[in-house]
Amino acid sequence: MDPMSTRFDGPAPEVGVSNDMIKRGVIVAPVLIAICGVIWGADGAWSSAYGVVIILANFALAAGLIAMAAKISVGLMMGATLFGYLTRLGLIFLAVFLVKDTSWISFPAIGSTIIVTHLGLLFWEMKYVALSLAHPGLKPERVSSTPRPTHPTDPIH
Amino acid sequence: MEAFSAIVLQAEEASQFDPEAKNIAAAASAGYAYGLAAIGPALGIGFLVGKSVEAMARQPEAAGMVRTTMFLGIAFTEALALIGFVVFILLKFA
Repeated sequence: MDPMSTRFDGPAPEVGVSNDMIKRGVIVAPVLIAICGVIWGADGAWSSAYGVVIILANFALAAGLIAMAAKISVGLMMGATLFGYLTRLGLIFLAVFLVKDTSWISFPAIGSTIIVTHLGLLFWEMKYVALSLAHPGLKPERVSSTPRPTHPTDPIH
Repeated sequence: MEAFSAIVLQAEEASQFDPEAKNIAAAASAGYAYGLAAIGPALGIGFLVGKSVEAMARQPEAAGMVRTTMFLGIAFTEALALIGFVVFILLKFA
């Protein structure tokens, strides 16, 4: 395998995983914002919302970078992953630096939200990842079984 | 460790005389914390991605599964850097 010319044209499983985490993040965000609002007040709620947005954007950017680079070459995927890590850390720093002097920022709230959201969503997602050759990304959704006919005159009996 | 001891000692000495020096020392400590916290995950991600590509080369049919594992591994490793970042913003800005 030549890492400079080998590429993966198929569907990107990391995008599916990332989208699923973002979906769950949007669901759980009001709870986190409410908890931070109770502890740190309105500033905490705004900071918590900002932290959730940062983490969800970070997941989306990470998955997008890997998926895009894997379609070009495996070598580029390696580079994009490492430099993507540095770039994303820089962007997170920039996102916090830009709002550090605003009136609504609460650093304990945004810090705790970043850690709890990131780790919580990851551990939660572990439940829905299949990791099998048939389903490399998420587990397939369970198909609802149709009710079987029970009347004796039904053709199935 | 000696370098850290020296930094802490200098910070303590400086803060006794000048409050501004204390702020500078806090900023330097925050920078060290963030920098050190970013190095470990960077090594981990490099190792993780290298091994993942090796696995994809050995078994291309399992590439999708390996990529999913790799993505989750990267995200878990990155959590360490984010913890370092949070320590940094709490030291520097709070």
